Amino acid sequence: MIAFLICAVSLAAFIQLLSAYCRSILSSSRGVELSDRVRELAGFDSNQLGAGDFGRLLQLVHLCPERGDDHGEIRAVGVYYTALRTLQRATGSLVPRIAAWSARECERCSYFAAVALDRRISYSRDLFMQQMGSRA
Amino acid sequence: MASPIDFAAFLLGLLLEIVVVVCVCYRRVNLYRYFPIGFYMLASILVSCGDYYVLQQFGQGSSAYAYFYFYSDALLTILLFWTVIHFYQQAFDELKVNKYIRGGAIALLLFTAIFSYLTVRRNQDHLTGRFVIELSQNLYFVGVVLTYLLWGTILKLKETRARLVQFVLALGIYFSGSAVAYALRSFLHGSTEHLLAWIPSVMYVWLSVAWAYAFVKVPEDSRLITAQLETGTT
Repeated sequence: MIAFLICAVSLAAFIQLLSAYCRSILSSSRGVELSDRVRELAGFDSNQLGAGDFGRLLQLVHLCPERGDDHGEIRAVGVYYTALRTLQRATGSLVPRIAAWSARECERCSYFAAVALDRRISYSRDLFMQQMGSRA
Repeated sequence: MASPIDFAAFLLGLLLEIVVVVCVCYRRVNLYRYFPIGFYMLASILVSCGDYYVLQQFGQGSSAYAYFYFYSDALLTILLFWTVIHFYQQAFDELKVNKYIRGGAIALLLFTAIFSYLTVRRNQDHLTGRFVIELSQNLYFVGVVLTYLLWGTILKLKETRARLVQFVLALGIYFSGSAVAYALRSFLHGSTEHLLAWIPSVMYVWLSVAWAYAFVKVPEDSRLITAQLETGTT
């Protein structure tokens, strides 16, 4: 009985703390304004991204040269996104409130991917400019 | 024999623990501010090496390995309590309540040990073995409660230090994941133990990864709005 109680309470704490931890990683991108070029490239107008845009944005991120400092974060957010999508599918019709929360979190993940894409595009441009500069 | 996954987790965890110790010792201000983290990681490195030695000498199924594993785990968890107290002191820095926090934590630790003893005292044949497993399970659970309360305090006090927040959350995840593993092991007994065997390895690597990440990637002066991290917020 005690073991069951410990298991239930710890599992609830685990889910909540893990969610907060992932949010703390996502928060680094929250206040960042997306540039026009990333909007144009990804094909959207406002800062509001859809929950399902993450995969497409991640593909674009992987097409850009790596900056070397964002790989771990992108992977961690990718794992979080996969878990959220699974939760969203599992609870879609049963618990709409959890499904709606998962969808909001997925939107944050998409925004994070868009910011990562923006940074990588800037990095590619800088690399290109450096190469052009060294040739001249 | 330990599986290749256990061995890989051991090596990765050890490497990251060394990274954390180096990060703590590298700057004097870090050594002062995060000494319990560095000390815990150093102790964990020594325990990992001891673990490996005992495993090679006596094998995974031996009672020597079981005793070493559970007793060293309990000692490391007690060291983690020191880290939690340190985080509490950082969070309550301005309120000057350090001695109350220390006193409360020691009382809680003693209560956990007595409670664990009372739970297993009928099992006279395997008293020390049962006691340490019970103690570890209860210590992890008390760790969950303490860290969760600390997280609540951080939210309440609107703490903005990103590194401190990440340390606390990573520790909470470690405690709760380990407590779940111990509790499942307790009520599922031996039959499904092999299915749960990977959880401690994952948690061991997790804490090293998360703390190394916080040291390497999150600057000391980095700030965040903790209210945005609450699960219910948009």
